[in-house]
Amino acid sequence: MSNQAYSPNFIKRRSFIELNARERASVFFDAGTSRELLGPFDRVESPWLPMQGVTPQEDDGCVVIKGKIAGQAAVVVALEGAFQGGSIGEVSGQKMTAALDLACADNEKGILTSAVILLETGGVRLQEANLGLAAIAELMASILALRKHAPVICLTAGTVGCFGGMSLAAGLASYVVMTREARLGMNGPEVIEQENGVEEFDSSDRALIWAIHGGEQRYATGLADALVDDDTPQVAEVIRRFVSKGVPPEHRSSQVALYRNRIAKLDTSRQWDPKEFRALWTTNASNEENR
Amino acid sequence: MEQIEFNYPAKRKIAQRAHVGVVGSGDLEVLLEPAKGEVAHVFIRTSVDGFRDTWKAVLDRFFTKYDGVVRIQINDAGATPGSVHLRLEQAVEVSER
Repeated sequence: MSNQAYSPNFIKRRSFIELNARERASVFFDAGTSRELLGPFDRVESPWLPMQGVTPQEDDGCVVIKGKIAGQAAVVVALEGAFQGGSIGEVSGQKMTAALDLACADNEKGILTSAVILLETGGVRLQEANLGLAAIAELMASILALRKHAPVICLTAGTVGCFGGMSLAAGLASYVVMTREARLGMNGPEVIEQENGVEEFDSSDRALIWAIHGGEQRYATGLADALVDDDTPQVAEVIRRFVSKGVPPEHRSSQVALYRNRIAKLDTSRQWDPKEFRALWTTNASNEENR
Repeated sequence: MEQIEFNYPAKRKIAQRAHVGVVGSGDLEVLLEPAKGEVAHVFIRTSVDGFRDTWKAVLDRFFTKYDGVVRIQINDAGATPGSVHLRLEQAVEVSER
């Protein structure tokens, strides 16, 4: 056997998924332009977790780095999936929202500033309940304000994926970037199984879950704009490309009539297989374009 | 969650602070900062209660070799003693880079 057989491409790659949030957030910037805002030594942690016997993290699982990407001002916000499942609490939510609002204010002053949000999250942090819900609502308002001026790019790489209220935030993004390993959806598989039973959705069936929530399916059905390998240089290149591309002519979430029509045409009396659904969805899409 | 504090004698000034790790299952976060005086102060918050003696054993061992005047904060999510020691050594390495 040749050496080639022993070292397939994924071994030579520099994994992005294996990086922590701070390392991930650092890879996009032009050399020497970036600085972290409200880092761990500023010690802005969740006041609510210690009260409930949970060890907090000094950055509350949210890393904010400001700098230049492809020569243009940008802010990157990364959620740490390993800390409390990347959940949104009062502090992490405020950090995200404030970062986007500052970017929006810069745009209004004439300094074009994009935002890149790295989502590894199960949604609201249950220990902070309403404060987390409020944070997501504020974040969505901030994305809507910012995306008029500059692109808001959401990247979900895995392995946590992006679920709950944060999947709605991702839905508002100018561009969504995913890996094959990532998942994007409102309710996570375990939640669906718990609420509707294993006949509805078997959360241990990984092939089924990735066929529905996985990056490949989301890209094939037009809910993600790019599918990337778990390769740091490639991920960084795609993000730079979307930053340079600017605001899309029409955001996905503004195409209400298009999606309403597609859903109306769907025969919901029977169970669709993910592959079949992909074919139908793309056929419908090309029919719509032909009209 | 349990809070534990220790002090160790120290004499060497350090120049740079360091942050390593994540408060994820089986891992921990270490914040190491230069301090004043002749003492190294360690402040631990751990999700697993009742292991004060184990923490003391790990830190006693660490401070047989390390003499930096520092303030160390540890936020722990159930790391094993081995992981704790490795993270401490990593923090020292980053602070002396």
